[in-house]
Amino acid sequence: MAKITYREALKQGLREALHADPKVFLMGEDVGRYGGAFAVSKGLFQEFGPDRIMDVPLSESGFTGAGIGAALGGMKPIVEIMTVNFSLLAMDQIVNNAATLLHMSGGQIHVPIVIRISCGVGKQLGAQHSHSWEPLFAHIPGLNVISAGTHEDARGMLLTALKSPDPVILFEYTGLLNVEGEVPETAVEVDITKAKIRKEGKDLSLITYGSGVIKALEAAADLAVLGMDIEVLDLRSLRPLDEKAIFTSVQKTHRAIILEDAWRSVSISSEISARIMENVFYDLDAPVERLCGLEVPIPYPKHLEDACVPQKEQIVSQIRKMLSK
Amino acid sequence: MSQSLQITREKGVFLLLQMMRIRRFEEKAAEMYTKAKIRGFLHLYIGEEAVAVGITDLLGPEDNILATYREHGHALARGISANQIMAEMYGKVEGCSKGRGGSMHLFDAKKKFYGGNAIVASHLPVAVGLALASKKQEKADLTACFFGEGAMAEGEFHEAMNLAALWQLPLLMVCENNRYAMGTAVQYTHSNPDIEAKGKVYGIESATVDGMDVLSVRSAAEKAIEYIRLTGKPFFMVCNTYRFKAHSMFDAELYRDKMEVETWKKLDPIPKMQQYLLENFQFIESELKDLESACDQEVQQAVDFAEAGSWEPVENLQNYVYSPKE
Repeated sequence: MAKITYREALKQGLREALHADPKVFLMGEDVGRYGGAFAVSKGLFQEFGPDRIMDVPLSESGFTGAGIGAALGGMKPIVEIMTVNFSLLAMDQIVNNAATLLHMSGGQIHVPIVIRISCGVGKQLGAQHSHSWEPLFAHIPGLNVISAGTHEDARGMLLTALKSPDPVILFEYTGLLNVEGEVPETAVEVDITKAKIRKEGKDLSLITYGSGVIKALEAAADLAVLGMDIEVLDLRSLRPLDEKAIFTSVQKTHRAIILEDAWRSVSISSEISARIMENVFYDLDAPVERLCGLEVPIPYPKHLEDACVPQKEQIVSQIRKMLSK
Repeated sequence: MSQSLQITREKGVFLLLQMMRIRRFEEKAAEMYTKAKIRGFLHLYIGEEAVAVGITDLLGPEDNILATYREHGHALARGISANQIMAEMYGKVEGCSKGRGGSMHLFDAKKKFYGGNAIVASHLPVAVGLALASKKQEKADLTACFFGEGAMAEGEFHEAMNLAALWQLPLLMVCENNRYAMGTAVQYTHSNPDIEAKGKVYGIESATVDGMDVLSVRSAAEKAIEYIRLTGKPFFMVCNTYRFKAHSMFDAELYRDKMEVETWKKLDPIPKMQQYLLENFQFIESELKDLESACDQEVQQAVDFAEAGSWEPVENLQNYVYSPKE
């Protein structure tokens, strides 16, 4: 095992993908000469050259559409949208073209594109630069939506996503970039269809994804000291959802809390909560609970920003309340 | 007409036939719409046939085509069968998009016909990407992208033009300037009415052509395509044309004067081409009758084919949302 930052994990995944297939190329704002807005692709321009690490103008719809067209033309594009905050400018291309062409053409036109989007709150960037919009994308039939909450996934998910004949939206988390974690020595593909239990437990299922995974594990560690055995389930794929993993965990623990930074209404947690009710209601010992983002545009001051999304202390106290401990 | 030396009699008759096929096909489609056999939106290309026919004639089988929701003409000219197109408009499985698309979403991957795109200007960046893929793979093909002047007010037009010029891509951008973005005339949508200038600002070579004359369109397209194949650079072609019919079957045409429509009808590309063939190649009345009856027959067969087609079983509804698992 090696200890690397989340940023380094993302870069290793990119390098591996570019080495593995000459049809793979990366296009995005500032990915080349600048080295990537978050230094994820730093050095790749020098290593692979301008045709494979393509700087693009500020035209999210234009270059995302160009990525879709390149995919139709036989290439394997990785489109980087610098942050999810700018993704709405490309939403027409993602929803009306990438997600729709296969069905609208009666199965003829495949769109094998991977769109990497960094995401998340917590750097005091204000209302327009702190969005958690995974639920918007997970709403769209035709897209595969995956979320890298761990270092292993940050490195390996891209490699698997590039094998998909259909569009994949890959969420990465700016808040994790400098966080260190352990990964196997070499980059390997990881399954992108299944949820994964990050910590086994028997008292309660803490279901989360993306930026929630590390927070959930920290909370579970604190609760273990207090004698509570929490299972942490990392969804990993937000569309499609790995229902089986969710239901199996709930059937084991009989209690569930869903944790996410996204706004509460019409969220990933709303969907999971509904599916638990529909499918394993009689396995529950208590109502499903949710810890979500507060429904407010994210403000600038640190104490208010922190209050917008669930923090570790809040997770711990909510679980203690639910377990009456 | 000065192009008489540039085409053979055979080619001239073929171009006329292509335009007549499209006209006849769409007249029948409108009829079938009133009989409720075709539903949804139906946008007719009648009046604009010279553009699709003149340009498509010069494209090779490896070249890509993307068109708008007014694309029956482009699809027919590209060689998608009238049967498949009519069946698509009926919503039958035998349609070129298996009935999933309808009139606005005709596709044929084998013929490199990428729609049938109904979000105005949304296909322009996709065309850029197809041309980018050709360049990256060092293929000799080009991509032809058709859109209306309405699309040129969209940001995606400007983003696509910038990328095409920046990356020097083999892309033929064709503006079918029919003077109306749905019901709003060009003078109410463009601050600068010089449509061609919008290519020049990106440093893209361009030409404006009489889109009511198939030979003028073809001749200009020939030069444009030669330029693209030689240099690998994009070209912007503005074809001034006019749709004789309403925007769609729901349009009461309150925004334009009947006299204006009648004036443009005098420029109808089909009788014009008939006249040209008569003057230059002794094209006779009986030959015209033969073409007309060939078109009638093809279109009637298409209707019969669509009528006899089958409905997709509802249990297959969610097919093609994702690729089948291997």
